[in-house]
Amino acid sequence: MSREYAPYSQPLWRRLLLTREWAVIALLAVVVLYSLANVRNFDGPLTLTFLLLDTAPILLIALPMTLVIVTGEIDLSVASIVGLSSVLLGVLHEAGLSIPVAGLLAILAGVACGAFNGFLVAYVGLPSLAVTIGTLALFRGLAVGLLGTKAITDFPDSWKDLATATIGDTGVPVVMILFVVLALLFTLLLQFTTFGRGIYDTGLNPEAAHFTGVNVERTKFILFVLSGAVSALAGVYYTLRFGSARGDNAVGLELQVIAAVLLGGVSIFGGRGKLHGVIAGVLLIGVISSALRLESVQVSYTNVIIGLLLVASVMSPSVLAWVSGKTARRNKRGPGPQSAPVGVGTQGR
Amino acid sequence: MKFHSKRTTAFAALVLSGAMALTGCGGDAEGGGDNGGSEDVSITMLPKNLGNPYFDTSTAGAKAAAEEIGATLEEVGPQEATADAQVQYINTAAQQGVSALIVSANDPTAICDALNQARDAGTKVVTFDSDTEPDCRDLFVNQATAEGIAKVQVDLIAEQIGDSGEIAILSASANATNQNAWIEMMKQDLEANHPDIELVDVVYGDDDDQTSFDKTAALLQSHPNLKGIVSPTTVGIAAAARYLSDSEFKGKVALTGLGTPNQMREYVKNGTVEAFALWNPEDLGYLATYAANALATGEIEGNPGDTFEAGKLGEYTVEDDNSVLLGEPFVFNAENIDDFDF
Repeated sequence: MSREYAPYSQPLWRRLLLTREWAVIALLAVVVLYSLANVRNFDGPLTLTFLLLDTAPILLIALPMTLVIVTGEIDLSVASIVGLSSVLLGVLHEAGLSIPVAGLLAILAGVACGAFNGFLVAYVGLPSLAVTIGTLALFRGLAVGLLGTKAITDFPDSWKDLATATIGDTGVPVVMILFVVLALLFTLLLQFTTFGRGIYDTGLNPEAAHFTGVNVERTKFILFVLSGAVSALAGVYYTLRFGSARGDNAVGLELQVIAAVLLGGVSIFGGRGKLHGVIAGVLLIGVISSALRLESVQVSYTNVIIGLLLVASVMSPSVLAWVSGKTARRNKRGPGPQSAPVGVGTQGR
Repeated sequence: MKFHSKRTTAFAALVLSGAMALTGCGGDAEGGGDNGGSEDVSITMLPKNLGNPYFDTSTAGAKAAAEEIGATLEEVGPQEATADAQVQYINTAAQQGVSALIVSANDPTAICDALNQARDAGTKVVTFDSDTEPDCRDLFVNQATAEGIAKVQVDLIAEQIGDSGEIAILSASANATNQNAWIEMMKQDLEANHPDIELVDVVYGDDDDQTSFDKTAALLQSHPNLKGIVSPTTVGIAAAARYLSDSEFKGKVALTGLGTPNQMREYVKNGTVEAFALWNPEDLGYLATYAANALATGEIEGNPGDTFEAGKLGEYTVEDDNSVLLGEPFVFNAENIDDFDF
């Protein structure tokens, strides 16, 4: 990236610590340490495995969701694509196809779902909120319609075992390899390519982005296709992990994904956000839920706590802006980005 | 409970202060365990979801049993009745190393691996209400058999119409497996034991309130001599009762079937419905807890022929499919309906 930035006027530690991403990572570390010290059985060997198995679909879908939200759009249909892909995997496998072939076809169906969303949003110009509320119902309806209330559960043990297997004695599930590879690819795409810069530019100001040569329509279209593909991949994993293809698989998952993405510091208005923050956001919610479950806290309280955390995190840019506005007046070392509140503008690049 | 909510507050305070101020020195360590000796039996009750009156009732029964036994029982569960959410609670029970887990499965196979993992860790698994595959639990506490359900409904309608006349069945959907099996058994029972009762029609309300309501109206029009309706589905019986109670047929056409007290209370009290059947979820939870305790203490293995005492319900024997049957379905009528809230 060959962009020129105004000289930073704040010390490095402060700039690093005051980014949303590092705040979330620090909070994650604090919660993990607190839980290790105070939550019974949290230090057990199974905690990490279960935590990662449970959050794997959310982690996967959060990757494209981050990019979609950075452009200022949203994809609410992801959980329904998970359900549809799960049902397709089941139906196709029952019809005699092997898991890799059925999985590939399920992912292609996800691509088609994403392309449908993307076409309506990018080229027809409809608001993604409305489009994907519609396709949330549409794809779920297809999934449930294909299979009714029954479930297909006859999957080969080797594939089911792979979905829950761990890497050696580390307790880290094998599926994390897939996630790490995808996370690296998405980070490359977002941070180190022209396409990635176009994503931020689109989110900040689509018209300006258009005039600087960003193909806004194509960018959005591609992101929705990626969202569909990765959601379908998560659906394949989900199905094999539970060994059960059902139309109602992963109902409500979209809200967990979006909550984690926002908690990770992505602006719902677009233009800002980074993947390491999002990954920390997903894990933070996972760790808090896991610790509270171990303490036998009712799920309603868990939801209250996560909800408050989310509200606090959405509020924090405004609070930090107010704080940095105060310090900027006292600290006259120069103009520049320190007066731009954390969470707004170029710092997110 | 107080202890937990206190800790929840501490946790929330920590999390929030961390989020806003990035300084996470929360309340002092309150942790550690205050849960007595490890020889006590600890049981986790995992219904399909929380906030469901049916499962609230079964948990009340489970708690009563746990108190009698001296075991600790904790109810946990997701808000949505999904398998993946349930798996997280099964995993947690395995991590905590509880002695027994009582679960009503949201999916017979999807929670299997998690249950087996918990069993490997030494937790005994009892399913109730909704079973899993047999190889991933130690025991299933069965609320009723198909024969029992079919028989009680035939007995009720026969009693209510004086054992003769035309009846019809208002079922769920045409391909509902359970209902179709029951209807087949009811037909056989009618033919063999109630020769004067004629089953003139079977209609399908698709477990939809409005459809069931309309089908009830159509039944009464097309069969003017109809004396009774049997609806082996909770949706159907409630819709049919609503139609009857506002119609000229109220008190003249008998209605029975499978229903829940909360849905049927009004119609039992206003005389539309004399009696209907279902099992008693409170007893179901009670029995499941005694079974879990018997497994956890090693009193039984869950093998066919094993017997154990279940408090006020008496002695039970494990059947061939590693299940225990609660007993005959429970008949609700004006006298006992107010004892139930589900």
